[in-house]
This record gives sequence, structure tokens and C-alpha cells, in this order.
Amino acid sequence: MKKLMIGALAAGTAMCGLAATASAGEFDGVTVNILTRPGYVIAGRLAERGKEFEAATGGKIVVIEVPFAEIFPKIQNDWSTGTNSIDVGVFAAGWGVELDAAGLIEDMDPYVAKDTKIDLADVAPYFREFGQKVGGKTKLLMVDGDFQMVYYRTDVLQKAGLAPPKTWDEYIDVASKIHGQDMNGDGQADYGSCIFKKRNAQSYFAIQTVAAPYVQTMGTAQGFHFDGATMKPVINNEAWKKAFEVYKETGKYGPPEELNMDIGDTRGLFKAGRCGLLIEWGDPGTLQLDPDAAGVKGLIYAVGAVGSKEVLDRATGKLVPVTKENAPHSVDGINYAPFAAFGGWAGAINAKADQKKKDAAYAFLSYMNQAAQSNVDVTIGATGYNPYRNSQLASTDLWVKAGMPQELAANYLGAINGALNNLNMASDMKIPGAQKYTGVVLDTELARYLAGEITVDEALKNIETGWEEVTEDFGRDAQIKAQALALGTGK
Amino acid sequence: MTDLTVPASESWGEWFDRHSRTFFIAPAVTLILVFAIFPTFYSILFAVSRVRFTPEGLSFRFVGLQNFARQIFGSEQDHFLGKIGELGLLEIGILTIVSACLLFWLYRSLSITSWVGMVGRLISALSAWFIAWLLCATLLIGNPIGTLLTTLFYVIIGCSLQFVIGTGLAFLCSQPIAGKNFFRVVFFLPLMITPLGVGYAMKMVADITKGPFQPLFGAASVDTWVWSASPWASRFVMMICDSWQWIPFIFICMLAALENVPRDHVEAAQVDGASSVQIFREVTWPQIIPVAVTVLLIRMIEAFKLVDLPNIMTGGGPGSSTESMTLHSMYIWRANDMGNSAAIAYLLLIVTVIVCASFFNYVVIGQLRKARAS
Repeated sequence: MKKLMIGALAAGTAMCGLAATASAGEFDGVTVNILTRPGYVIAGRLAERGKEFEAATGGKIVVIEVPFAEIFPKIQNDWSTGTNSIDVGVFAAGWGVELDAAGLIEDMDPYVAKDTKIDLADVAPYFREFGQKVGGKTKLLMVDGDFQMVYYRTDVLQKAGLAPPKTWDEYIDVASKIHGQDMNGDGQADYGSCIFKKRNAQSYFAIQTVAAPYVQTMGTAQGFHFDGATMKPVINNEAWKKAFEVYKETGKYGPPEELNMDIGDTRGLFKAGRCGLLIEWGDPGTLQLDPDAAGVKGLIYAVGAVGSKEVLDRATGKLVPVTKENAPHSVDGINYAPFAAFGGWAGAINAKADQKKKDAAYAFLSYMNQAAQSNVDVTIGATGYNPYRNSQLASTDLWVKAGMPQELAANYLGAINGALNNLNMASDMKIPGAQKYTGVVLDTELARYLAGEITVDEALKNIETGWEEVTEDFGRDAQIKAQALALGTGK
Repeated sequence: MTDLTVPASESWGEWFDRHSRTFFIAPAVTLILVFAIFPTFYSILFAVSRVRFTPEGLSFRFVGLQNFARQIFGSEQDHFLGKIGELGLLEIGILTIVSACLLFWLYRSLSITSWVGMVGRLISALSAWFIAWLLCATLLIGNPIGTLLTTLFYVIIGCSLQFVIGTGLAFLCSQPIAGKNFFRVVFFLPLMITPLGVGYAMKMVADITKGPFQPLFGAASVDTWVWSASPWASRFVMMICDSWQWIPFIFICMLAALENVPRDHVEAAQVDGASSVQIFREVTWPQIIPVAVTVLLIRMIEAFKLVDLPNIMTGGGPGSSTESMTLHSMYIWRANDMGNSAAIAYLLLIVTVIVCASFFNYVVIGQLRKARAS
């Protein structure tokens, strides 16, 4: 019996050794823990690519999912308190600035210098310079490129004899004219506009998409939240007031429960063919190819940005007509400022992780970022990944191959290229406290205004006061420096 | 203080035996100190500081009571207390009546309580006056209320509703009716579901436009009305959903109390010709009062912590109308503003202690004395 047991043990050991040899690689025995949002979107593809990575290198990828709102505090807590149970965070590219200011994320430049496959020159300039870099150094690697666009139902607008909106006033006009039409043939009246306006969800991104063209006119480096020299909020003025009023007015042509709708709800509506216009990230382009969106496949077109014929005069706080002097990037009297909402999902490495884990973590993030993988991933709607490489945007072939009708692919890539090449692209807030400035102060006051609790003037004044308090908390000089770095004007 | 030195005349074994009581409770006391009391006091440090993350860990900058002042007098006043406006004649009248009642109550207390008791009553009276003033300065003049009054709405109105319905169901199930065991299980089920699950389930059930009751609402032509866009409708929906989960708690406790009322007392009253109402009022109620007030007190403490339902169902909206103080604290914590988050948590603790201690001293103890006397 004893001999039998020893034999079995030896055989087992040999099998294990064989198995180990078969999967052995550069990172054999290394486990990389990645924290990101829950569900298949973003996390699902990381797990799937993780298995491929493990088979190729031996490095094990564990994807940990937490509610969106808890990603940032969990990472910050874990990395600053020395818990170090997380090796990589995949989160909004803009959050990297605050983590970097606390010295919590690894500088990837040395890794990039040795990496022959990543080809960062292929990453679109905005995402390469503003998304991946902090203070001129590569601190994150994108897995997704994000900015918000306006989508429209091409069949509904054609039937109504309307052109896609170029300004927010036109957006309201189009929404009012198509609101109440049956857009999916189910006999029910559908909605002119669908925007996720639930508090503590994505509403504070959408309002910035509306506000950006009224406020930012001189290029990305100008910013549209603060005066760069003093960090005084540029919020209590006619431009933001107009944006708030437009945003509220869209609700007249939206679903009755719009104030309680998050992105999941509005996606359900547009997939069911119930929305004429909507504000969204790049996802509807590919999500309409899903089987549950068969009714609208090929019908949801995009415009890269909706603009304004009036812009903010920062000296007076008033709205003035667009001219080539006050808005040099304007086209035909309209100022556009596509908003890089969220900035895209990007991976950062814990600076205090073991070196072996850092190497494996970088190798995996590089694998995700490389064109060979990402050019496939961005064409699959369910991944939640949107294009961010030039090679993904240069030709419609990839997209047609993924099932997108040629005409839609041309429109979709045209809209994205138009936005990414716009020198007046509006950057999301990327300074310490960004979550408090926008996710708490802006979001709360906007929600209270939409619910009728306060007037627009009160909301803007409250935001101004709240932003000033956050700035004072973090230190005005430090914030001025961080803002300059975030907008690419500082060193 | 226990003398832990071993006398010369005593062996270690004898000494250990003599002090065994101390040694047995020491682990439990240590655990309580480490896991309950220390974090409570440590969080005070957060409440009076600006807390930042650094590579070396947390850094604290002392700011005194700034975090508290911000909620009560500063930029967060609207959010925490509500939008305060000027009082009209009606509000001044109401406030005068409330003030007079409180002063009369304090005057009467002078003769029946010690100076310690008077301090407690003064705190309770001032708190009650503050809440009355806040109601007048916000709700009664048509302004939105803040998270403090929203929390009190969930606690006072919600718990009252739950108590009435829970006690009523318990009374019915204590009667000799067919299938009462089945109903006991059914009524108790909601309490076993996680609040998170209740939140998602209720979000679906309460959806008038797409939920399971849509045909019903459609037939009544109210399916275009959306509760989630109306502040008060949202608060009531939140309270009803919370009640659905917590009525079983009241129900099961009150059922146990009702079933412990001696049958011979009831039968004696019946023989004497007492009506059902008289039997309940004079025989049953006095005997279940101790359980009733204790259950209500526990339920109130729990209701102050309502967070899952508004977080899942409305995200605290529309505006900030369904946001409880716990949710308010949580949202600020999620933005890594731990100082302000801790300050709100302490304000909640103060409100909870005042409300529950007042309820205990002026309602629970009074009812217990009355029960004992009868």
C-alpha cells in the first residue's frame, strides 16, 4: 500500500512538472491582480486576454471587479496604505494624475523603451499625450479611447426632412420635431432625446459635453473648468448657464423617467429603437450590431461634436457671437469642442508592487494595447472598448469585417476622426480632487437643478463655491501646477 | 482596580483561580476595545482633519470643526439642512406654539427630575425646537428639505407605519384563523432578503412604465406619471420599499409578545363582558408594551442607517430628495473626502443618540412604568 502511494505521488509530481513545463514562460508563477469595473464591459475582455497571456507567458491574470464608484477609493487606499493587494488598476485615464501626485503609480517609460511591439506612435495623439502621459512621462496604457458624441437615428431624421444637429439649439429643435413619433413600429410614441441624467451616474459627463463648446474656444490647453493662472472656476457665467438650461430642456423631449436613468437604461432604449437623438460614448457604433439591437442595426449615425454659435467672453462672463478671433478653431461660425469624457479606460501599475509583478503587469497591459489585440477588441461592442489607435481609424475594413455596414462605418470613423483631430478638443478634469469637483459637487448641484430644488443661478453659484473649497483643500498653487500638467501647458 | 500581584502566602494556581473572572472576560473586552471603541475614536481624528493619501500612507491636517461647520453654516448647508428661507406669519405662529409647549414641558419637569435629568430634557427640547424651526424654514415655506429631515422622515414616518402594520399583522396572525402558519412564513420572508436585492427588486417592481404593474397603471391612465421625478413621491416609494422589508421584523417580535399574553386574562375579560377593543386596550396592550417600545427603538436605530435602497433605486435623486445622511456620507467618502464624510457620520450619530435617548427616556420608560403599575 505504501509503495502504491509513493508511486501515485511520483506520478502526480511528474504530471505537475509536465504541466508546468508546458505553460512555463517568462512570468511562470507570477499572479497579477487587476482591479476594474464590474460586468463584461471592460473587465470581460481583460479576463479573456488574460487567459491568452497566461498560456503564452505563464503569468496569471486575476481580474477583480468592484462597483464603478469604488474603483478609485479602493485603489488609492490599497496603494497608499501599503496593502498592495492590487497590482494594476484599470480606470479612467484622468485619475492617473491624482495617483501620480501621491507617487503611487509606476513610470512606464523604461518599459516602453524596451518594448518593440507596442508602437505608441500609432496611438492617436490625444490619447497618447493626454491619456497615457502625466507630466510628460507614460504612466498609463490605454485599453479604450473615450469621448462623447451625439448619435441620431438617420431613418427618423430623413423621414422628417431634418439634418443632423450642428449646434445645441438645433439639437433641441430636432428633438422637439421628432419627439412622440413611433420610431420602432411598436405603435408607441418614442423619444426625441435620450440622456442618462440619474444622479451619481454619468450625468455630469453629459453636461460637460453640452457646456464645452460654449466655454472652450482657444484649444485644448485653455480648458473649460478653471482659469489656468488662478484656478478660479469658470462656471458661474452665461455659458454654463446656457448649457444647464439646454440640458434641462432636452428633458422635455426625453423619457418621463429620464432623471432616474443611467447609461444602462438609455442603452436599453436606443437598442429598442426608442431614441431619436442621444449623447453617448463611442459604444453605440458597435452596440447596434448586437443581436438585441437588430431593429436599429445600421441606423444609428454619429456626429463627432455638436457646437455653438455663441461662446463665452471670459472677461465679462457673457455669451458673444462666434468670430475667428474669439474662436479660432470654429467652422462656419460654429465653435466645436468635443469632450473627452472620462478619457478612456487605461491601466496603471502599482509603484510598490514586486518588480516581477510590475514586469508581468506591464507585459499584459502592453499586450492589451498592441494593435494586434486592440484592433479586434474595439470592433466588438460588448467589450466596451472604443478606438484609440490611428490604425483602427484609418480604414473601414476592420469595422466592415466585424459586421458594420460600409456606410455606417464611414460615418462612425469620420465622426471619431473629426473629433480626435479637432485642436479644440475639451479635456476631462485630470487634477487631484477631480472626482470631488465633478462627481460630487457638479453632479449634485446639476441633479438638484434638474429636479427643481434650486435655480440655475443657485446651482452655478454653489458649484463655484464648492470648487473653490476643493481647490483650497488641495492647495491652490499645487492645483495650478497640476492643471497646467493636465492640459499640457506645464512642466 | 484588580490587584494582580501574587501574595507570598498564595500559589500561582490559587491566584489564577481567584482572578479567573478577569482573565476570562479579558479577550472579549480587548476585542471590543480594538474593533469597536478604537475605530470610533480614531474616526474623530478624520472628522477634524483634511485627510490625504501619500506614498507613506494617510496624512492628516487638523482643521478643527471646519468639516462640521461646512454642513451646518457653509457651502453644504443647502444639502444637509435644506434651503432655508425667511419665516412667514404662519411659520412664526407654529414655532411660537412649539416653543411654548416645550417651555411648559421643561417647567413641569423641574419638579419631577434631577438636575442631570434636566440637562437631558434641555438637550431634547432644544433639538425638538431646532427640528421644528428647520421644518418651518424649509418645508412649510415650500423649500426643499435636506438630508437631515429626509432621514428623520424615513425614521419617524417610516417606523410609525411599519409599527402599525407589523403589529396589526401580528394581531391577526395571533388569532385562531385557518392557515396562520403559512401567513407567518410569508410575512417573515422579506426580512431574509439582502437589502441590495430588495433595492434591485423594488426598482423593477416600482417601474411604472416598464415594470410588472405597468398594465395596471396603464389601465388607470397613470403610466406616464413617474414617481422618480417627484421628490415626495420618491421619498414615499423609498419608505414603502423599506417598510416592505422591515415590517416582518416588527411582525415577528410583536407576534411573540402577543402569544405570550396569558389566555386566562383575556378569557376573564370576555367573561366579564368586555368588548374586543376593551380587551386589547386594557388587557393585551399593557402586557405587550415593553416589547413594543423596545422593538420600535431598535427599528428606529436601524432606520437611521438606511442607505441601500436610495443608493440603488434613485442614486439619492431626484436632486437630493431621497438621500439619507448615511448615503450623503457615503457619496462624499467615495470621492475620498474622508474628513467631511466622517463629520456627517458623527452628526448622524448625534442625531441618532438624541432621538433614541429621548424616545427611551420619555416614551419607553414611561410606558414600562405604566405597564408595571397596571
